[in-house]
Amino acid sequence: MTQLPATTAKKLGLVIDLDTCVGCHACVVSCKGWNTENYGAPLSDQDAYGAKPSGTFLNRVHSYEVQPAQGEAQLIHFPKSCLHCEDAPCVTVCPTGASYKRVEDGIVLVNESDCIGCGLCAWACPYGARELDQEEGVMKKCTLCVDRIYNDNLPEEDRQPACVRTCPAGARHFGDLGDPESDVSVLVAERGGFDLMPEQGTKPVNKYLPPRPKDAEPEIDILAPFLDPVVPEAKGFLGWLDNALSSMPGAK
Amino acid sequence: MPKDQPEIDLSPKVSDEVRKTTCYMCACRCGINVHMKDGEVAYIEGNKDHPVNQGVLCAKGSAGIMQHNAPSRLRAPMKRVGPRGSGEFEEITWDEALTIATNVLEPIRKEAPEKLAFFTGRDQSQSFTSLWAQGFGTPNYAAHGGFCSVNMAAAGIYTMGGAFWEFGQPDWDNTKMLMIFGVAEDHDSNPIKMGIGKIKGRGARVVGVNPIRTGYNAVADDWVGITPGTDGLFILSMIHELLKAGKIDLDYLAQFTNAPVLVNGDEKSEQFGLFLRDADGKPQVIDRRTGKLAPFDGQGVEPDLSATYRDAGVTHTPVMHMMAEKYLDPHYAPEAVAEATGISADRIRRMASDLARVAFDEAIEIKTPWTDFRGKKHASMIGRPVSFHAMRGISAHANGFQTCRALHVLQIMLGSVETPGGMRFKPPYPKPATAHPKPHYGVTPGQALDGPHLGFVHGPEDLCLKDDGSAARIDKAFTWENPMSSHGLMHMVISNAHAGDPYKIDTLFMYMANMSWNSSMNTGGVMEMLTDQYEDGSYVIPNIIYSDAYSSEMVAYADLILPDTTYLERHDCISLLDRPICEADAVADAIRWPVVEPDRDVKGFQSALCELGGRLGLPGFVNEDGSQKYKDYADYITNHIRRPGVGPLAGWRVGEDGLQGGRGDVNEAQIDAYIENGGFWVEHVPSEAQFYKPWNSAYQDWAVAKGFFDAVQPYIFQLYVEPMRKFQLAAEGHGDRQPPEYLRERIKETLDPLPIWYSSEDENKAEEYPVTALTQRPMAMYHSWGSQNAWLRQIHGHNPLYVPTKIWEENGFEDGDWARVTSPHGEITVPVAHQASLNANTIWTWNAIGKRKGAWALDEDVPEATKGFLLNHLIHELLPPKGDGLRWANSDPITGQAAWFDLKVRVEKAVAPAESQPVLPAIKSPVGKGPKGLKWKVGK
Repeated sequence: MTQLPATTAKKLGLVIDLDTCVGCHACVVSCKGWNTENYGAPLSDQDAYGAKPSGTFLNRVHSYEVQPAQGEAQLIHFPKSCLHCEDAPCVTVCPTGASYKRVEDGIVLVNESDCIGCGLCAWACPYGARELDQEEGVMKKCTLCVDRIYNDNLPEEDRQPACVRTCPAGARHFGDLGDPESDVSVLVAERGGFDLMPEQGTKPVNKYLPPRPKDAEPEIDILAPFLDPVVPEAKGFLGWLDNALSSMPGAK
Repeated sequence: MPKDQPEIDLSPKVSDEVRKTTCYMCACRCGINVHMKDGEVAYIEGNKDHPVNQGVLCAKGSAGIMQHNAPSRLRAPMKRVGPRGSGEFEEITWDEALTIATNVLEPIRKEAPEKLAFFTGRDQSQSFTSLWAQGFGTPNYAAHGGFCSVNMAAAGIYTMGGAFWEFGQPDWDNTKMLMIFGVAEDHDSNPIKMGIGKIKGRGARVVGVNPIRTGYNAVADDWVGITPGTDGLFILSMIHELLKAGKIDLDYLAQFTNAPVLVNGDEKSEQFGLFLRDADGKPQVIDRRTGKLAPFDGQGVEPDLSATYRDAGVTHTPVMHMMAEKYLDPHYAPEAVAEATGISADRIRRMASDLARVAFDEAIEIKTPWTDFRGKKHASMIGRPVSFHAMRGISAHANGFQTCRALHVLQIMLGSVETPGGMRFKPPYPKPATAHPKPHYGVTPGQALDGPHLGFVHGPEDLCLKDDGSAARIDKAFTWENPMSSHGLMHMVISNAHAGDPYKIDTLFMYMANMSWNSSMNTGGVMEMLTDQYEDGSYVIPNIIYSDAYSSEMVAYADLILPDTTYLERHDCISLLDRPICEADAVADAIRWPVVEPDRDVKGFQSALCELGGRLGLPGFVNEDGSQKYKDYADYITNHIRRPGVGPLAGWRVGEDGLQGGRGDVNEAQIDAYIENGGFWVEHVPSEAQFYKPWNSAYQDWAVAKGFFDAVQPYIFQLYVEPMRKFQLAAEGHGDRQPPEYLRERIKETLDPLPIWYSSEDENKAEEYPVTALTQRPMAMYHSWGSQNAWLRQIHGHNPLYVPTKIWEENGFEDGDWARVTSPHGEITVPVAHQASLNANTIWTWNAIGKRKGAWALDEDVPEATKGFLLNHLIHELLPPKGDGLRWANSDPITGQAAWFDLKVRVEKAVAPAESQPVLPAIKSPVGKGPKGLKWKVGK
C-alpha cells in the first residue's frame, strides 16, 4: 500500500481534442520511440515479425463508431494513455511503493527498481493504461515525458511530451491543469472538456475535448431558398450576364 | 520530496548528435532530426524549421528507425539461381552484378534501344532516372503516376497549370471552408493534418466528400457519403446551381480565364470548336473598351465575357456562353443527379449555397497592390475563402480526368484559385501545359532519345505513333487509346510486354515497384506473365532487373537484384526539376544524406545507375574521354547542369557576389551547405507576389530570376481545353492523323473540351455486380512497406473487409464471419467487419496490408499473409468482354490512368476457410526471417 501525496504543486497533464484527432497514430509511435530510448527499460516487442506481434505501448489510439439517434454514423478516434489521476488507484494498490505520484507536478511514475511486476496496478487502473513489459518484467506507463519536460539538454520549445510535439493535427495539449489561468485550463473551460469515466472517482488530470456537432441539418426556410435562381436556363443566363456585366466597372 | 519519492534524472543527455535529413517513409518528404547515439540511429523526430512539417511527424516517420533496422533489408547484389518466382538467389559482388547488367543492356542499346523498358515506382529522383533512360535511348520510361494519380496532375496542369499536393495547397491561414473529395490519408500526409488542425482551431468548416468516413472524413464537420465515381456529377450539379443563381466571379472569369475567348461555331469547318486566333496564334477576345477583337493578353485589354463575333457568316461565341448552355441543362439539376450520386437534392443545393455564401458574402481583401500581365494595376487582392483538396479517390476512375477537371472548373468559377483563402500554387508552379515538354519517342540505335519521354500533348500531331500508326511506347502512352497520358502507363507494361503488343522487349528494368503484388491489377496474372516460358524454356520476358532496398514480393521475379540502401544511408535530392516540396509562400528543395553508412554491400540505386551509365557510355553519364562522369549520385547532385545556371539543387549556388539561391554555378560544397542548414533550402516569395501568380508581374519576374523558367509566361486558365477538341475533330474525320475506327465514337464522347460526367458501371457489369469495392491507405502505413516495420505492423496487422449496415444485415453477417467477394474477373474469400459510417453500397479495405508468404522477412503464418488480402486479385487491367470482339483497357480513356476504384463486386457469406483465398505458395526469403523479440535501445 503506497500513499498518494495530499496535494501536488502542479497538475501536469494532457488535453486531447477529439474534434481534431484524425486517428493517425503519430503520438503512439513517437511515444514508443522516445520511451524505448529513454526513461527506464526499453519498450520491448515480442514475436515482432511473427504471427502474434505484441509490444509495450504507453499510448494507444482506439476508434469507436457512434450511431447518433438521428443522422449519419460517426467515427471517433480516441487516444488513451495514463491520465495521471489525483486519486490514482494504481498507486495506492502498489505493494512495494514502486508506483508513486510526484508531489511537484502530479506525474504518476513507476520506480522500476522497486517494481516486482505483480501487475496489481494494471488491474486497479480502470482505464487499462498500464502495460507490463514482457521482456523486462516491469510495469510501464506514460511518464508524461518527465525526462523531456524539464530537460536542460533540449531547446525550451521541445520541453513537452513527445506525443504533443509530434501531433500533426495539433490535437494534443500539455500544461498545468491545476492553474485555472493556464492555456490548457482555458481550453478545457471554453470547449467543455470532460473527465474520462468520472464515476470511477479517480479524478483524472488529463481531459478530453468533445467533438463538435456534425452534419448539422440544413435550416430549411421555405421563404428563403438556398440560392436565389436568377435564370431558369441558358438563354436567360445570357441576358442576366449582359446585365451583370453592364453594371461592372469599364462597361460601355 | 517525501522519503519514498526517488530522485530521477530530469535532464538526461538526449543524444550525441542530431543529423537532419529528409524522411522517406512516404511521399510527403518531411524534415527529420535523427538523433544518434554511439554512431547509431536512436530516435527520429520532426524538424521544427522544415517548411513541410514544421516539427510534427506522423506514425510512419517516427517508426523510421524500425524501417532502417528491418530484417528484410537486402544485403548484397543477387543473381537468380532457381526458377523465376521461386526466390532462390545467390549473392554476388557489385562488379559481377554491373557486368551482368552491362552485358544484357549493351547489345540492346546498340541494336534496338526500345527493347529496354525502364520503369520506376515510388521514385523520388525522376529527373535523374529519366535522364538516364533518355541517354540510353529507349522511349520506354515512366514512373508510377499512370497507376496512381495522373488524372489529378494532368487535369490540373491542362486546366490551370497545377493541381493539388506538390503543385498547390489550400490557403490554410485564410480559408473559411475546406471541401475534400476522395482524400484518404495520403498526399500529402502531415501538411493536410496540420491544415485541418489549423482550420478547426479557428472554427472554420471542413466538408468531407467520400464514401468512407474515416480519418479526415471522420473529423469533417459535414460528411457527404457519395456513391463512388459520381463526384463529377455532384460537382457539375453544384456548378449548375451556381450558374443559375449568378453566383460566379465574373470579374475573375473575364480577366484570368478563357471564358471570354471566342470559339468557332461553324459545324462544317475543320476549325469548329477551336479558338479564333490572330496571325500570331493568340486566342482572341472582344475588348470591352473598343468592342473589337483583341488578343487575350493585349496590354490594357478588358475581355468581354459575353460578346460574340461574326465573320464571313460564322459566329464565334465566348466559352462562357458554351458553359452556360452546357451546365444549365436540366440534366445537371440536383433532382436529376440525386439518385446517381446518393446525395439528396436539398443537400446538393445547400452545399452550392454554402460555397457561394463563403466565397462571395465572406470574401476577404488583402491590401497589397499588384500589377497584372496586361499592365493593369490592382489596389488589393480579393479572396474567395473556399478551398478544396482531392486526390486518388476521384482520380482513379475511368471518368477521373473529367471529374478532376470539373473540380478545377468549380474552383475557378468561384474565383478561388490563387486568391487569398482559396487554393495557392507552390513554386515552381503554376506552369501551364504549354510550358511543359511534349513527349518524345525518336529512337536511334546507339544514341540518346531525341528529348524527354513524358510531357503534354496539344493535339494529334504530338501522339507517340510510329509511321504505321502503331504505338511507339510499350505502354501505349500517347496513343488514341489514351491520348493525354502524361505520366505513362506503368500498369500496362508487363501485360503488353508479355503479349508482344505493340512489340516484344528484351529487358524489363524496374525500381521500387512491387509489380508482382500490390502495384499491379490482376496480380495472379502478372505473376504468370513474369514467369511464362516458351517451349524451349526461355522466358517470354527474357530479362528482368530489379532494384529495391527490401525483400518485397517483386524481388523473386527478377533475374538480377541491385540492392538499394535505406533512406538514412543515401544521398538524394528533392529537386525543383522533379517533384518539389515547396510551400505556397516559399520555394524549397532538400536532400537526403547518409546519416549512417550502410553495413551491407548495398548502394543507392542512383549511384548504381551512374556506374552503369558509365559502363554503357551513355551521353550525359560519361566524360569526353569516355570515362564515368559522376562518381555517384552525390557527385551528380552537385555537378549536373540542366540548363544554364540550373542544377538539381537551387540552394547555395555560386553567383557573382557569392552564394545565392536559384540560378548560379556549381558549388562543390553545396551538399555540406544543405547539411549545415538542416537538410533543406528555402526562400520566401516576395509579399507582392504571393497571390495571382499566373498573372502577377511581380511573381513572374521573381520566377525567372529563380530559374523556374527562362522568360515570363503569364497565361489564362483553360476552362475549355482546346487540345481535347483537336482530338475530337480528328475523330470527326478532320486532319491527316486519324484514330482507328473503333475508337472514334469514344473519343468524340469522352474528350469533351468542357468537363462532363459519364458512368462506367455498365462496362464493369454493375447489373450483376452491384457493390463498389475500394481501398484506402492507412495513415500509419505506406504501400507495402509498413508490414516489415515491427512497430507499424502492430497498428495495422489486419485488413478486414469493411461492410456497410445494409449489406451486413442482408447477408446476416456476424463478427468473425467471412465473405466471398466476386468480380467479373476473380474471387476472394476474406474476413469481414461491420462499419456503419459507410456508403450503403460500398465495401472497402486497407491497401496493401496483405502480404505474400515468404516476403518482407516475415514468418509465413503472419496475419498479413493468412488473413490479409489484396483486392488486386479482383481487378483486371482490361474490362470484362462486352461482346464486340475487343478488349478495352480498365483505364481512363483520356489519360490511361488505372481505374482501380471502378471495381464492381458481389458479396456473399462464405464458410470460413483456414486462410484468406486465394492462397499463393510461399516464396523463399533471400534474407531469412526476422528475430523473435526486439528490445531496441541504442544508448546506455
